[in-house]
Amino acid sequence: MRQVIELEGAAKRYDSAGAPALGPLTLSVAEGEALAVTGPSGSGKSTLLNLVAGLDRPTDGAVIVAGRRIDRMSEHALATFRREHIGMAFQFFNLLDDLTVTDNIQLPARLTGTSRREAAARAGELMEMLGIHQHARAYPGRLSGGERQRVAVARALVNWPALLLADEPTGALDTASGHDVRDLLLDLHRAGQTIVLVTHDLALAEACASRRIHLVDGHVALDSRAQAVR
Amino acid sequence: MSLLGTGATGRVVRSGVGRRRVQTVVIAVATMTAVASAVVAGALMVAAAAPFDHAFGKQQGAHITARFDPAKASAAQLAETGKPAGVTASAGPYPSTEFRPVDQAGFRLPTLTVVGRSGPDSDVDRVDLKSGRWAQKPGEIVLAASFEGPAIGIGATLKASDTTNAPALSIVGFAVSAGKSADSWATPAQVNALASERSPVTSQMLYRFDAASTKEQILADRQKLVASVAPGALLGTQSWLDIKRAADQGAAATVPFVTAFGMLGIVMSVIAVSSVISGAVGTSLRRIGILKAVGFTPREVVRAYVVQALIPAGAGISLGVVLGNLLAVPLLTDTEAVYGTVSLSVAWWVDVVVPAAALVVVGLSALVPALRAGRLSMVEAIAVGRSPRTGRGQWAHRAMEPLPLPRPVTYGLATPFTHPVRTLALLLAVAFGTAAATFAVGLTASLTAVGTSQDPESRAAVTVTTTRLNTVAPPPPPPPGGSVAAASPVGGSVASPAELKPADPAKVRSAIKSQAGTRSYYGKTRTEVTVAGISGSVRASLYEGDSRPGRYETISGHWITGTGQIVVPTRFLERTGTRIGDTVRVTYEKETANLRIVGESFDTSGSELEIHADMADFTSAAPSSFLVEVQPGVSADEYARKVAAVVQPLGGDATANAPSGQEGVILLMSAMAVLLTLMLVAVAGLAVLNSVVLDTRERIHDLGVCKAIGMSPGQTMSLVLSAVAMTGLIGGLIGVPAGYALHSLVMPMMARAIGTRMPSPVLDVYAPVQLLLLGLGGVVIAVLGALIPAGWAAKARTATALRTE
Repeated sequence: MRQVIELEGAAKRYDSAGAPALGPLTLSVAEGEALAVTGPSGSGKSTLLNLVAGLDRPTDGAVIVAGRRIDRMSEHALATFRREHIGMAFQFFNLLDDLTVTDNIQLPARLTGTSRREAAARAGELMEMLGIHQHARAYPGRLSGGERQRVAVARALVNWPALLLADEPTGALDTASGHDVRDLLLDLHRAGQTIVLVTHDLALAEACASRRIHLVDGHVALDSRAQAVR
Repeated sequence: MSLLGTGATGRVVRSGVGRRRVQTVVIAVATMTAVASAVVAGALMVAAAAPFDHAFGKQQGAHITARFDPAKASAAQLAETGKPAGVTASAGPYPSTEFRPVDQAGFRLPTLTVVGRSGPDSDVDRVDLKSGRWAQKPGEIVLAASFEGPAIGIGATLKASDTTNAPALSIVGFAVSAGKSADSWATPAQVNALASERSPVTSQMLYRFDAASTKEQILADRQKLVASVAPGALLGTQSWLDIKRAADQGAAATVPFVTAFGMLGIVMSVIAVSSVISGAVGTSLRRIGILKAVGFTPREVVRAYVVQALIPAGAGISLGVVLGNLLAVPLLTDTEAVYGTVSLSVAWWVDVVVPAAALVVVGLSALVPALRAGRLSMVEAIAVGRSPRTGRGQWAHRAMEPLPLPRPVTYGLATPFTHPVRTLALLLAVAFGTAAATFAVGLTASLTAVGTSQDPESRAAVTVTTTRLNTVAPPPPPPPGGSVAAASPVGGSVASPAELKPADPAKVRSAIKSQAGTRSYYGKTRTEVTVAGISGSVRASLYEGDSRPGRYETISGHWITGTGQIVVPTRFLERTGTRIGDTVRVTYEKETANLRIVGESFDTSGSELEIHADMADFTSAAPSSFLVEVQPGVSADEYARKVAAVVQPLGGDATANAPSGQEGVILLMSAMAVLLTLMLVAVAGLAVLNSVVLDTRERIHDLGVCKAIGMSPGQTMSLVLSAVAMTGLIGGLIGVPAGYALHSLVMPMMARAIGTRMPSPVLDVYAPVQLLLLGLGGVVIAVLGALIPAGWAAKARTATALRTE
């Protein structure tokens, strides 16, 4: 099976004198797999996510995503790669408050040069799929947390990414909204979307992921296949 | 309590200043530039407004310069005239006479008043020796600095008159008397030697009075002098008020110009300082909320933020004062050279008032938002700093999104509407910068046009003269006020060496005609004529042939096209009460002609009257030079060399003309325009820089989001730059018409100040393409100012930006 993510001895140090925040780590994630990354605060979860997303570069080792070594790419190439192959959903949504829901979702598509009409069609399709079409012309500030996270997921998926990264996607949500997002991720996984989910929530990890790794002090303390997806 | 308040407040101030280094530097540099600009403008306004007063005061100039008959008033009696009540100082008696010298080439200078003084210093009229030294023995003379020129320099010799055995006088120095007590100075013995039956020695006395500021007071003071000597002993007096009037007229031209730049500088300073400091305080609201949460009182918060703004502003103001003084000195030195005043320095009160005003502006600018912060509740203050924006500008995003432009650009175009007040300040800064640039471009072009129009001879490719160029002195520049007659050739009445004898104009004309490469030419001579209705002589340029290539610009009417016509300056019309179409009676030597006024010439030479007529109206007149246009492809230098080879043996000469050198006052004003514009544009650029730094800081999280979802560094740059480019474009569209209007307002004011009007070539100096480029200059100012923060935004680490709140 094709590997979407391959980390080869990837390590990240923020302080050259201190211990690495992450790794060295060797890890691969196959296409269609849903990987949950858990661990206590400071264990390296966000660092791992940043390396995979190309938001940060490893100090050692290699990071290969969708068959491309991204740690050696220029900033421009990384940005282009990211918008074409990676979708991201964040704990605090990171929506642009002065753009409507539709414009937020369309933005990554428009950055790739997709026409306004095609981007609008894709955004409409995703809003329909995620049940937020009634908020198309609303601004994020008027939506509930769960609705905002759905918008963030829609934005992440607009360019049909090979990989969806979700960083504590339920961390800022109430229980009911959290369940909505969990169901959404589950549906996406069932549809074959490769997902890396960083979370403190073991229940979410158990529910959504086909595989879970547990990080402690930057190293994989546990790598086990989760129960079969329900 | 110290400026920094309690220890805690001081710590907050220090950390604030240190943490926001960019804004601290921007505040310091913006205030420095604004203050330097204001100091320069202020100093020049003061200098331009009263250069005569300044020089006259420093030299302790004479309120009344009096001439006495030494036969009727002895030296002891004259000394007594300085003692009556009301006389605060006196100097003299100095022997004085008049003579009309001839230079080495045989040209007669105007009649000069020469005064015998043993040195330049005195209780009254401390003459400023500009170069060389004072006359120490007979045979030496010091001339007024206005006579200095290529042929009249230190070491040159003048003959005391055009008689064969006239004594020679060596020029040893040049000096300036602000009160114009004399045109030249020599030893008393030399003055006595120069006297003649027609110009006997008189005794000059110089007086200062405690009341001499009005014409009535001067008359009363004069009466005291009349009463203190025998009847008939007082031959004449000269009032300082008459000298001042003439001097101020020359300086008046610069006042509208400097005032315009001064106003632009002051407004720019206010905009820059206000926007920088308001922005700095405005972006610190969350921090202010936290300070209040940990126990700071509203008053302490206000003081902390006002002082936080005042520290870099204070440094900037101090540096600005120093820089302004340094920049003003060379310009004031030029003013000194132009107006013949004594050494000028920045008025002390400018160095006090400008920084004080800047501190007030900075303080008020910081106080208003700081008070707002002080009044905010703690929760509200924190919320203002953390919460999403309230939706301002969302309409702009909706409006821009459909534009057929890349998405980062349409996104950027909408962002200025998120901060309307900040955008307005940015818009004003760009608009004022563009207006200043437009005004300066127009002004420089107009001044160049003035310079060119005043030197029409330089338009010809080659000048062929009837005399040898290396020995010919051009007429000396008229002294300020222009009350003396111009030099004129004396027609060989001086015993001159054979090689100095002028060539026959007919032979020179023939040489030009037969020279290959001649396209066209006209002859010209400058002389003096008399005009019915005007006392004394009037300078005249007489032309032979088609003189249109060398015409002066005409304000109304047209240039001479044949005989019987005359073109005159505005002052001529005013003085004689004539109009275009009237006829005047002009006498050249023994010939008189009735000439019809056909044009009003543009003439900036002050009170000097120069008329222009056809040489054919006066049969005895002959050209002293020929101005030649060469055919296309012919080298002017080569042509001049060939003609010179023919006419030099005849006593003539030829030279290719270099582009006209501009007059000092024009160079001065052009230099000032460039300097002040650069400073104003720099302030505008800094205002943009500050605004974009604030915007980028506030939007760094959003930019991080954009980058996380795939916005490339180039797209991020285009987002940030397009945000300011539109503001720059609108600023340019406002600034260009404003600068154009300012030019249209100031130029006629400058012309009125020197007693004329501007012809259309001087006023209509803007080409449409130029205006378009100036309009785009607003975009350039904005983009240049935004380039650095845009680069920061593009390079910002996405992960870090996403963590930024």
